[in-house]
Amino acid sequence: MSYIKKPRVHHPGLTRNRLGLTRRDYEGTMSTLCAGCGHDSITAAIIEAFWELEIAPHEVAKTSGIGCSGKTPTYFLKEAHGFNGVHGRMPSITTGAHAANRELVCIGVSGDGDSLSIGMGQFAHVVRRNVDMLYIIENNGVYGLTKGQFSASADVGSTAKRGQVNREHPIDSVLLSLNLGAGFVARSFSGDKEQLVPIIQAGLRHRGFALIDIISPCVTFNDHRGSTKSYQYTRDNYNQLVYADFVPPAEEIATSFEAGDVRSVAMHDGSRIAFRKVPEDYDPTDRDQVYSYIRGRQQAGEVATGLLYVEPAPREATDAVDFHGIHGTVDEPLSNYPFEDLCPGADALEKLQKRFR
Amino acid sequence: MAVDNRLSAIGGDTPPASTNGERPAARVNDLAFKIGTVNGTGSASANGLLRSAIFRMGIPVSGKNLFPSNIQGLPTWYEIRANADGHTARTARFDLVVAMNPATYRRDVEEVTPGGWVMYDSTWPLPRELDRDDVTFLGIPLAKMTVDNFKGSRVRILMKNICYVGALAALLKMDLEIVRGLLNETFAAKAKLLDANQLAISLGYDYALEHFDCPLPVHLETMDGNRDSIVIDGNTAAALGCVYAGATVAAWYPITPSTSLVDAFTGFCHQFRKDPETGRNRFAIIQAEDELAAAGMVIGAAWAGARAFTSTSGAGLSLMSEFIGLAYYAEVPSVFFDVQRVGPSTGMPTRTQQGDIQFAAYASHGDTRHIVIFPANPHECFDFAVEAFDLAERFQTPIFVLTDLDIGMNDWVIPKLEWDDSYRPDRGKVLTAEELEAATGPFHRYLDVDGDGIPWRTLPGVHPNGAYLTRGSGHDRFGNYTEDSEPYADVLARVGRKIDGAAPHLPAPEIRLSDGARIGLVTIGGCRGAVLEAVEALAERGIDADYMRVRAFPFHPDVEPFLAAHEVNFVIEQNRDGQLRKLLIAETDAEKDALVSILYYGGYPMSSHHVMDGLASHIDIGTPAGSRESVALGAPTHGATP
Repeated sequence: MSYIKKPRVHHPGLTRNRLGLTRRDYEGTMSTLCAGCGHDSITAAIIEAFWELEIAPHEVAKTSGIGCSGKTPTYFLKEAHGFNGVHGRMPSITTGAHAANRELVCIGVSGDGDSLSIGMGQFAHVVRRNVDMLYIIENNGVYGLTKGQFSASADVGSTAKRGQVNREHPIDSVLLSLNLGAGFVARSFSGDKEQLVPIIQAGLRHRGFALIDIISPCVTFNDHRGSTKSYQYTRDNYNQLVYADFVPPAEEIATSFEAGDVRSVAMHDGSRIAFRKVPEDYDPTDRDQVYSYIRGRQQAGEVATGLLYVEPAPREATDAVDFHGIHGTVDEPLSNYPFEDLCPGADALEKLQKRFR
Repeated sequence: MAVDNRLSAIGGDTPPASTNGERPAARVNDLAFKIGTVNGTGSASANGLLRSAIFRMGIPVSGKNLFPSNIQGLPTWYEIRANADGHTARTARFDLVVAMNPATYRRDVEEVTPGGWVMYDSTWPLPRELDRDDVTFLGIPLAKMTVDNFKGSRVRILMKNICYVGALAALLKMDLEIVRGLLNETFAAKAKLLDANQLAISLGYDYALEHFDCPLPVHLETMDGNRDSIVIDGNTAAALGCVYAGATVAAWYPITPSTSLVDAFTGFCHQFRKDPETGRNRFAIIQAEDELAAAGMVIGAAWAGARAFTSTSGAGLSLMSEFIGLAYYAEVPSVFFDVQRVGPSTGMPTRTQQGDIQFAAYASHGDTRHIVIFPANPHECFDFAVEAFDLAERFQTPIFVLTDLDIGMNDWVIPKLEWDDSYRPDRGKVLTAEELEAATGPFHRYLDVDGDGIPWRTLPGVHPNGAYLTRGSGHDRFGNYTEDSEPYADVLARVGRKIDGAAPHLPAPEIRLSDGARIGLVTIGGCRGAVLEAVEALAERGIDADYMRVRAFPFHPDVEPFLAAHEVNFVIEQNRDGQLRKLLIAETDAEKDALVSILYYGGYPMSSHHVMDGLASHIDIGTPAGSRESVALGAPTHGATP
């Protein structure tokens, strides 16, 4: 049986957050992915990020598509509702859930096949709609469950396990989403939890669509010499471009940096992103500059990571910020809006029908 | 074949003698006429004016718009049928044709019933080869009149249409005050346009009075048949039903002929669903990137607890079928309106058909079987829209409301819509936060605790004890992933039982019985009017027929006994393959040979003539007393020319 329950026995000494929950309370069932799979490291980072942010698990809606990435929502936040939908369609399910209940904290986990091939249309449009969600792409460059075919994110020249060489141009979710107007774009590496956790936190707190593309090596089908998505290649070519901290509303920016070095970007909920270290000629709030900079690093063969772009907030047009701003919806969730305020009633119907006479 | 033996045993009494050669007395409030124009010339408002005026004269009336899949320049027709007895299904016989489009003159002239009339623009002579000696040509110099009286080419084009309305008002004895009153309402804020329209009416009216013998023997008289009626199209009515049912999320992709449903929903939401204080929306209407995404959004929203729907047509339903299977298996309440058009593939987007019956019943791969309801008219569109949301939540499954272009986009006279303020949505089995808090054991999403095949569900964000992860992949009754045989089969069998169990709770068939009837006429959806008219026509010929209109799938328990009670059931529907018949054969114990198809699938709404002609090819149905088709209506003449 591929569903494995974890024992619910907690060590009494486990640290609790202000909700009284331990990290264990943010876990899911036992992973059935391959030992060493990058996705499991991402799951661990997600658990850490939610625990630290003190988000109640049941306020979260976790969604996914199909593939190894599609399985991962099972492995975190067992007290959250989850929806493992169909291949490449996680964005539309999340859009609907968010439309119905804007209070849900939406996290969608997808893969490079799920988002950049079969689901590319939905991916592009969920960016356009600026749905308030954290969108994670667990990017390994291959189709694992079907045994190692190239995905659309495979680099030119990268080799498959059986030796074929990819000649087709990759689709890069970071450049793509920058182009489509995403307000929060990051790339990270499953092997760098220190970088990943604050980015996930910032992504969860970002109002609107937040993308984190995470290089997540497939130990079984894409971790060999010649692959550009292996642990070794990623580490060898790793370039942490942007060092950013997530600062919750109540906390001060750490004082260990020289004031002039830290650039702080305010987020909608009052928290801030503190850019601790960026290249001299790099402005993480300048979309065009970020775009060309990332392209340049990629052409040099580097894997440029960090919170690469964040929209300077708040936007000019104050209301039309995210999906619900665009749609002008009420603050209360539509899912449990009082029926009496939705149904116009018999008198209104009688009156209305004069129009049809 | 056994069926032939059955059929040969059934026939009418001796047909009554026909009354050839006599000019009939004036026929009042029983006529059909047709206007052929070019699309994009503004004729729609003129035609709507005619239809509205007849409605306000108290005469049951229908307006059928036969329009092209095109924005400007192609032929389009509007058919109006007025009938005191309420027979307003499409008819294929037109007493009068207004031929405004030279490109379709030939066809338009051909379609006039012998003894009828052709009105045309006599500014230019009608080609000689179109001459027919059994119809009367009424030439009116419409173009010349508008050039003489109006300035600007667009106004002239528009006023030409209003001129023919004026002429028809005189010829058909319409109440001119009603016509003028409608114009006053329409152009209340546009004095210039109002004056122009009123002048155009006068020009046409006066010309007809002066040059023709008005009114024609076939004409209209004010009556009192519409006191409690409205004129509405099915898409508007369905949209209104969605508003009244409390639907808050709609996701859709534009597709003819369903687009106007969401357009209407949008309009009603802006009227009724704005927060009075903040002006913000108590709804979200999302125009998706395609039908796949539209279906996904509906399912996501419904999973999160909103009443959500999409509206599409066959081509869109094909794209949605992946998600339909997910909603079925993950048991997500969702509502799909399918305003059917002509398939397969792109088909004829602006023509009507009932081609998605089988597809909707079993949409998606694997063992899927869906609840489908079939409104016959806008009244049922409203009622069934509300019911669809209740059914979806009660049975936790996608519900399909199958209408068609004729129901959805054409104008129907229906009894006023009614609303009971005590109505509250049936949300089905949903556990509340309090219930979850008080729960002593764990919640299991797919466990059949009540033995009715319907499990309990929870909504995201409500309570940690209600959490579950749903999925389209194999799952057991506890909601866990499984690849094991028994737990998988257990859930699938239970879902099957759930759908079976819904049948008695779905709309029962509409049944009308006649004493001693040996045949049954079985139909579905918008064929209702044509079939009921045929039942009456048969009775006039001494043939009693029982009538049943199926209103839901899986079939209601009343369906099978009806079929069993007749030696032969004619199954009348608008598709090539007899899809309703096939479903009846597959899903009831009815004998295959006892079900005989009568089909019309050319894309226009079904008429009673299709039914009668179909019956005549199987059984002897005789001829009616005083039948119009066998009567010549006197000597034809050409109307006056300028």
